[in-house]
Amino acid sequence: MSAQAADTDVRHNRPAPSFGDGGFFQRDRSIHPPLHAPGYKSSVLRSPRQALLSLESSVSEITGPVFGHNDIGPLDNDLIKNYAKDGDPVGERIVVHGRVLDETGRGVPNTLVEFWQANAGGRYRHKKDTYLAPIDPNFGGCGRALTDASGYYYFRTVKPGPYPWRNFVNSWRPAHIHFSVFGSGFAQRLITQMYFEGDPLIPVCPILTTIPDPEALSRLVASLDLNASLPLDSLAYRFDIVLRGSRSTFFENRPEGN
Amino acid sequence: MVQPLNYLKETASQTAGPYVHIGLIPGMAGFDIFEKNFTNVLVGPNTKGERITIEGRVLDGTGTPLRDVLLEIWQANAAGRYNHPADRSSGELDADFRGWGRAGSDFESGLITFETIKPGVTTDKAGRRCAPHVNVWIVARGINIGLNTRLYFSDEEAANAADPVLNLIDQPARRSTLIATRNERGGKTVYSFTINLQGPEETVFLDV
Ligand SMILES: [Fe+3]
Repeated sequence: MSAQAADTDVRHNRPAPSFGDGGFFQRDRSIHPPLHAPGYKSSVLRSPRQALLSLESSVSEITGPVFGHNDIGPLDNDLIKNYAKDGDPVGERIVVHGRVLDETGRGVPNTLVEFWQANAGGRYRHKKDTYLAPIDPNFGGCGRALTDASGYYYFRTVKPGPYPWRNFVNSWRPAHIHFSVFGSGFAQRLITQMYFEGDPLIPVCPILTTIPDPEALSRLVASLDLNASLPLDSLAYRFDIVLRGSRSTFFENRPEGN
Repeated sequence: MVQPLNYLKETASQTAGPYVHIGLIPGMAGFDIFEKNFTNVLVGPNTKGERITIEGRVLDGTGTPLRDVLLEIWQANAAGRYNHPADRSSGELDADFRGWGRAGSDFESGLITFETIKPGVTTDKAGRRCAPHVNVWIVARGINIGLNTRLYFSDEEAANAADPVLNLIDQPARRSTLIATRNERGGKTVYSFTINLQGPEETVFLDV
């Protein structure tokens, strides 16, 4: 599998603005889950009730931390090997790959992508997870990667299992991988979850269905990508992530009096 | 018909969940996996500026501290310059200060701490001076999309009074929800904050 060349699928044909200078596109909150979502019970006491204060992006928001290859290690994107003690972890071997783009379709280069997940039995390596499925001695369940110049990333892992959780009596999480992405400015910071094509738990998940827009929900479901699979080794899933776009600065705003 | 704009749509946010530590601070989940880890210590031995501790809690609608919350902070250096190419201001960059850190709350007390330096005054696009502040991003189980807010400093009264963001808040009383209180403790400078997710003291959260 190889990275697509930078900008091969730019959908938007304006010249590239210098990044971030005009601030980010206003966030379309109608495609995000609302903070107060009673079907996901934990949100009830943890959601602000006042309106958020809208700010035009300032230097505090268009800037953000810069990461490099010094920050990560060579095995960080290989969850099959990065915690292996006496063999490979149990489970379906998969590759997850895709691009981090912004809303103009441009790849987001050199950005940090972090991911974490349960093992094949649906159990997390976490001192607060007490689910009865066993810990896998060869599986840590986390990794990270930097995107390349075109925004491309990939990692290898085993497919996580679904797991039950306390919400309704029969609430189960579909198989999922948690993702954290930075982008170029702190206002692009995003945490989300990737789901797997064909999972029957998707339409009944109280967390996933907090997303009001069915298309926004379907964009969290990774496609099986046989073309990227490794024959006799691993299946592949394709998951692209879109961060907020940044506005062009056509004309420099001059404050009055300057 | 018209030409389509063909913008992509931002990927929908999902909660970080109760096990966010595994991916972002695996040591707190109870295991060691990466050679290099991101921490709540933003300073190195050569970082310039006044050393400070920032500490506090995030409270839910009943006033109970969240014990599974994760905070990230992003700030300018002591000269008021962010370590990022989009900051074109004239303050000097500090090679020993990235300006970013993350911390999980203590599983028992809910306490969150950062070791950093006090940021300098920054300048906005219109040339207005912005009071020293730390940008805060909050994720946890039950929070569907990361919450943004800021921390200002109680000993910067004049700068705070002139700050363009604090002045956008209609109710002067609510501005105080963003101000961390300075104390001296054992020779260290500690700024304390409380973030209230709900209630009469609800913190001002930002749609940035
Ligand atoms: Fe999960």
